[in-house]
Amino acid sequence: MSDNIVEIDNLSFGYKGRLLHKGINMVFPRGKVVAIMGGSGSGKTTLLRLIGGQLNPNVGEVRVDGDVVHKQSLDGLYQLRRKMGMLFQFGALFTDLSVYENVAFPIREHTDLPESMVRDFVMLKLNAVGLRGARNLMPTELSGGMARRVALARAVALDPQIIMYDEPFAGLDPISMGVVCNLIRSLNDALGATSIVVTHDVHETFTFVDYVYFVSGGVVVAEGTPEELTNSDKPFVHQFVHGEADGPVPFHYPAPDYKREVLRGHDV
Amino acid sequence: MFKGLQGALSSLGHRVIEGIWRIGAGARLFSYICFYLPEIFKRPRLIVREIFSTGVLSLLIIIVSAFFVGMVLGLQGYNTLQKYGSSESIGVLVALSLVRELGPVVTALLFAGRAGTAITAEIGLMKATEQLSAMEMMAVSPVARVIAPRFWAGVISMPILAALFSMVGVLGGYFVAVPIVGVDSGAFWSQMQASVDFRDDIVNGVMKSLVFGVVCTMIALFEGYDAPPTAEGVSRATTRTVVNSSLAVLGLDFILTALMIGA
Ligand SMILES: Nc1ncnc2c1ncn2[C@@H]1O[C@H](COP(=O)(O)OP(=O)(O)OP(=O)(O)O)[C@@H](O)[C@H]1O
Ligand SMILES: [Mg+2]
Repeated sequence: MSDNIVEIDNLSFGYKGRLLHKGINMVFPRGKVVAIMGGSGSGKTTLLRLIGGQLNPNVGEVRVDGDVVHKQSLDGLYQLRRKMGMLFQFGALFTDLSVYENVAFPIREHTDLPESMVRDFVMLKLNAVGLRGARNLMPTELSGGMARRVALARAVALDPQIIMYDEPFAGLDPISMGVVCNLIRSLNDALGATSIVVTHDVHETFTFVDYVYFVSGGVVVAEGTPEELTNSDKPFVHQFVHGEADGPVPFHYPAPDYKREVLRGHDV
Repeated sequence: MFKGLQGALSSLGHRVIEGIWRIGAGARLFSYICFYLPEIFKRPRLIVREIFSTGVLSLLIIIVSAFFVGMVLGLQGYNTLQKYGSSESIGVLVALSLVRELGPVVTALLFAGRAGTAITAEIGLMKATEQLSAMEMMAVSPVARVIAPRFWAGVISMPILAALFSMVGVLGGYFVAVPIVGVDSGAFWSQMQASVDFRDDIVNGVMKSLVFGVVCTMIALFEGYDAPPTAEGVSRATTRTVVNSSLAVLGLDFILTALMIGA
């Protein structure tokens, strides 16, 4: 058994011809919390979808627990996914089910537990995100931040080995943010799971993760422990950690020269 | 001129290819639905819930429409038949038109507008808000959990709704013919009983509505599943559900009638 539960090997992927990832290599060791950071649109969500097998790479491969994800049959893929939990960037709660039923959903689908045990599990998870009292609300009655916390509870309902968080801090107030940081860390350590946290929140993230990958322009531009990166003098790391607009990480989606485009507007 | 023609040709070609592609994609979805058939019987509760939202909630519109259609048939039929002095045959006319044609066809059209659009919009929105994606990531197949139950619910509901439509329609016809116009009640029922054949009329009508059930539900499901994940995409898909289902029902009705009468 390899020490790494997820390995990404020379992976390239693009939507409609435009390559988004150009040879990415990453490893996620068992038991660690690893952050993937990068600018908006740098393909972080897409990377999680590649790990979950919802997209297939053009080149290279993703291995989860030793199995190549995109070579699995449908059954094999579902077997792999049962080891994973994913928090979607926008929550993706089932709008026709209550908060309670949302969290109970994966438990009911994959186990035959009696209702009393389902209830215990759901209450445990909802309590962890501080929303036990909101169990009877419908998703439309929640605020954005509450919905994400419910989604988080649902993602970990079955105690997965790999937990993927897509922007877990977006839309959270500072208090919930601290709580969620602790939650990610303690869930990880209590379950002996591996967590992959996609985020651009440098300061919050550096306080609790074990390792960080920076992606930009389709490649990993820097990696290391938070201490190493904080002390790094690499320009992109410096730019990101200090939140500067100017630097090697482009802020703009690839576009023709701005001046020329403005002038062309006048010609027409 | 040449450029315009070329453009028209290429857009025609594009549409044809896309049409064929969509039929293929629909057929693939259908095969997945069949593949998950055993799954469904393990959890009949899912189907029951969908039968409620597609079938039971369509009851009102079906019953009200059927009653009016039946009354109109009664009036028009009486108006024509009495010229030939055979106004007692009104029961036969009403029953045959309903059981063979109007029951299955009008039910299917109403179903497409009431239940079909709801199915398309619901599934399209579930897709747009990543609920289907989330389900996939939880190792739950959206086809098994969301699509297939709605399909079987539609297929089960349609013949029942059509039968109900015919029944209520006959009552509507009776209501006009007997108490209002004054046709003899005994003649109304006995002629109907003597002339409506179980195999030729009723079984054929039920077969039609089964086919319509499969087609309408499948179109609604596919349009939702295939909709671009945006507000505009879902609204267009909903429109397409109504248009395509209506055309398919009317076209198929002709083909099925030709086959049944020929056979
Ligand atoms: N379904 C899709 N079809 C085509 N292009 C897409 C699709 N999804 C994403 N993209 C493109 O891929 C790029 C990366 O998207 P992705 O969602 O992975 O970014 P991200 O790193 O998660 O950004 P953010 O931090 O804003 O969430 C974007 O430029 C986007 O335009
Ligand atoms: Mg994203």
